[in-house]
Amino acid sequence: MIGEDKMAENIAEKLAQKQREISIAEFFEKNRQILGFDSSTRSLITSVKEAVDNALDACEESGVLPDILVEIQKVDRDNYRLIVEDNGPGIVKEQIPRVFGKLLYGSRFHALKQSRGQQGIGISAVVLYAQLTSGRPTAIYSKTGKNKEAHYYELVINTKTNEPEILMEKIVPWDRPHGTRIEVEMEGTYVRARKQSIYGYAKSTAIVNPHARLTLIEPTGDTQVFERATEVLPVEPCEILPHPEGIELGTLIRMLRDTERRRLTSFLTNEFARIGHKTAKDICARAGIDPDVNPSDLSRDQAKRLLEAFKIVKIIAPSTECLSPITEELIRKGLEKEYDVDFIATTTRDASVHTGNPFIVEAGIAYGGSLSKDEKTDILRFANRVPLLYQQGGCASTHAVEKINWRNYELLQPGGSGIPQGPAVILTHVASTNVPFTSESKEAIADIPEIVDEIELAVRDVARGLKNYLAKQKILAKRKEKEEIIEKVLPKLAEKVSAATGEPQPDILPIVAKIMGNVLVQKTAEQGENTSIVTIRIKNFSESQKEFKLHQVSAEEIEDPSPKPRVSSFDGQFDAIWKISIKPNAEKRVRYTVKSGQSTSANLLVEGILAEMVTGADALPKKRASERGKA
Amino acid sequence: MSAGEELVKAKKEKDGLTKQRLLQIIKTIYDQFAKEQIPQLLIPTRTKSNIAFNEESEVWVYGERESARSCKTVRGAYSLLKSSYTIEFLNKQLEENRSSTLRELYYISEGWKLAKFREQPESDRMIEDLEIITELQRENFHVRPEENGATIFGPIRIKENVERRGQVSERVIHCIDDVGEGGYQIPYNVDNLDFVEHDAKFVIAIETGGMRDRLIENGFDTDHDAIIVHLKGQPARSTRRLLKSMNERLKLPVVVFTDGDPWSYRIFASVAYGSIKSAHMSEYMATPAAQFIGVRPSDIVNYDLPTDKLSDQDIRALQSELTDPRFGTDFWKDEIKLQLELKKKSEQQAFASRGLDYVTDVYLPERLTSLGII
Repeated sequence: MIGEDKMAENIAEKLAQKQREISIAEFFEKNRQILGFDSSTRSLITSVKEAVDNALDACEESGVLPDILVEIQKVDRDNYRLIVEDNGPGIVKEQIPRVFGKLLYGSRFHALKQSRGQQGIGISAVVLYAQLTSGRPTAIYSKTGKNKEAHYYELVINTKTNEPEILMEKIVPWDRPHGTRIEVEMEGTYVRARKQSIYGYAKSTAIVNPHARLTLIEPTGDTQVFERATEVLPVEPCEILPHPEGIELGTLIRMLRDTERRRLTSFLTNEFARIGHKTAKDICARAGIDPDVNPSDLSRDQAKRLLEAFKIVKIIAPSTECLSPITEELIRKGLEKEYDVDFIATTTRDASVHTGNPFIVEAGIAYGGSLSKDEKTDILRFANRVPLLYQQGGCASTHAVEKINWRNYELLQPGGSGIPQGPAVILTHVASTNVPFTSESKEAIADIPEIVDEIELAVRDVARGLKNYLAKQKILAKRKEKEEIIEKVLPKLAEKVSAATGEPQPDILPIVAKIMGNVLVQKTAEQGENTSIVTIRIKNFSESQKEFKLHQVSAEEIEDPSPKPRVSSFDGQFDAIWKISIKPNAEKRVRYTVKSGQSTSANLLVEGILAEMVTGADALPKKRASERGKA
Repeated sequence: MSAGEELVKAKKEKDGLTKQRLLQIIKTIYDQFAKEQIPQLLIPTRTKSNIAFNEESEVWVYGERESARSCKTVRGAYSLLKSSYTIEFLNKQLEENRSSTLRELYYISEGWKLAKFREQPESDRMIEDLEIITELQRENFHVRPEENGATIFGPIRIKENVERRGQVSERVIHCIDDVGEGGYQIPYNVDNLDFVEHDAKFVIAIETGGMRDRLIENGFDTDHDAIIVHLKGQPARSTRRLLKSMNERLKLPVVVFTDGDPWSYRIFASVAYGSIKSAHMSEYMATPAAQFIGVRPSDIVNYDLPTDKLSDQDIRALQSELTDPRFGTDFWKDEIKLQLELKKKSEQQAFASRGLDYVTDVYLPERLTSLGII
């Protein structure tokens, strides 16, 4: 027995010797892939992404239209230098080392607000990756205002303490009025051709951030400017209080402990969104807790009962004012400037809620133009305006697209399911105070049913727009085809057959009306000795009843008209007007007489019917119609 | 009136009739214009699902189904316009007593702007359409195919009536004594041919040149009193008409000897039953009494012939033949199914594997005996 005790003690002591704090570098080394640094290609893209996300967030928060430079230079065989410079508010001198040189240091983690970065890992992970792979420090320039000095730092992260280690610190001249510039050297591979590239990231970013100007200088020296399409900044999302729905026990207990409120009801109404006095009382009653109790006195069990009461008592959905969707108009502008297409449809859905977090889904579809017909449709996925480049197959956005039967929307879908094929680009954007990603590298949205459903509805909405557009195109194409028959082939055929038979050339007007499904208006004149008898034949070759006014304008008044028209005169001319109402396939005739020698060839005009629906008469000019209206 | 003059007069009358019928098509279109109907021409649908067996003539002709070439569609409208140009051209050609080849017609359309044919098969089809509507043949339009070089060789004397620049002359030719080894070339218009005399017992039509040469070298024509006709692949109309008239006017049995693959069976079918593309001509061109010698799929087994594998196209062609009414007999169904099982095909010349004389000394005599011809 004693021996056994001794042994257990020995093992515990041995283990204790091994137990120590894990260094941040070790943590990073083991978790590179979940942070997006798994391959040399992806590491470079992730670094650009983290730096640009920060730059955009900073500009927007300070109300500046972003103007961001991304430059990638090749240093040697394996290493690249990445430079990202913005015109944002800059960072105050004291904060610079920690923003870049300490992991998990950030301003947004505790705020319930839609923003690109959240955890404060991103940019410092870039700094760490750079120093681990190239052995070089990161250089930072920052200036907070026109009359302020620009600060320059060279720093690395002390991987034992997770604290910045400043290698150089000085004041430098910098011609920018304000902004931040970061220069990092790291191992990487630069690719261009595919969607998963820095170029692809920049293009996607430009689409959903049409207020930003993005300049990309590639290692080859090629410069690509993604120009902005609007001068208006997106509405700055506001912070909101947490919504009781979906909050976790640990968080609730922490809030109960930290609050300065003295009474439970006051705690509930002031620290949560959407809880009023009455609701607070209901919750307390349901949880069986005195509403006047001091929140910090609540036991774990009581906290748990409170949490359950949240689920039972009806609490209205969280406010969506904190969200900043791109808007239908700007998604359209973004797609328009980056793609050469024939058609674009966009939609912004109403806000919904998943596990206590409000979210909005937006979608867009671009079709035709120079897009390839034979390939799978590109899906551009975004979350809080950040393009998602990797893990397309594991993302809720992709799953929602795959659920749709695209054949109903005139796109090919080999096998009847999956990503459609055709000259289209589908865009999805999920904006939320908390986008549920499948992993820390934030490349795929988790399959939360509420989110998948909303994405599907949004995509269906734009797909319907596409379907309507294509249906209209089909009709137009048919009409164009018919015009070819009518304008080119029929006249020639009529000429040929009359020449071969020696008969007078037939009037093709009735055939034209028939082919077009139009109303035929055909005027013929019979020359008499002193008078000419004019007959206007009206035949409805369309499939619906047609009602319109027929105008005959002439210098002299017509005689013996049958039926009798209403006659008005203007500019010394007479305008005979017949009201025509004609059923499908019906035929009507109007007759009148004019003196011989008088022209009978004046054009017939119609009013109250689309000119394209009539063969043999022109539309009454709008001007004259309105003048008549005044008279 | 001399015989020549009579011939010219008869020809003129025939040309007049042709012109009238062609003009009737134009008049139909004109009348449709006048009656405010959308111009259209109705033509029998030319697919294998629209051919029917005519009990009387024992050949396959078009069924009841018709397709419209209508001005309602762009294609139809152009087709009508092209018809009107083509008819204008043909009538002028008849007027001037000239003729042209199918290929020339295609090139002539170059100057028709909108009505220009896109490719020769389109102008060829146009002529076929006009044949169907007028119930005439393209020879009546003075349109002839390119010479395809099909020949005949054997104990028969033929009289050719040749008209050139209004002068009619006669030529009498014996198809062994008066011709070279190549044989007598079949002209495009066999209406101008008469049979004078012959010593033949049957006619054998052969698909490939190699086999035809083998039969001539081995003296098959004299040994068996046979007229050897070289089909040269899918036979031209003139070849088929010549076979038909030798069968009907000279009462000579006709046998067909081809490769053993689906395309060759179609050659036999067009000789015996008429082709799908020109079923309107079947009554003038098909020889229902013609018999198939081989190569039959069962020959591949019975004579243990060298083979090739069936290609995917071959297999599709065989399967299509199973639903082709012309191959609806038990004989063809069994043979085609057998071949699909074997997945193999053989050429005529595969018999050479048993020696150069095997085909003339053994295979053909055996087959001809079993068909009751010798």
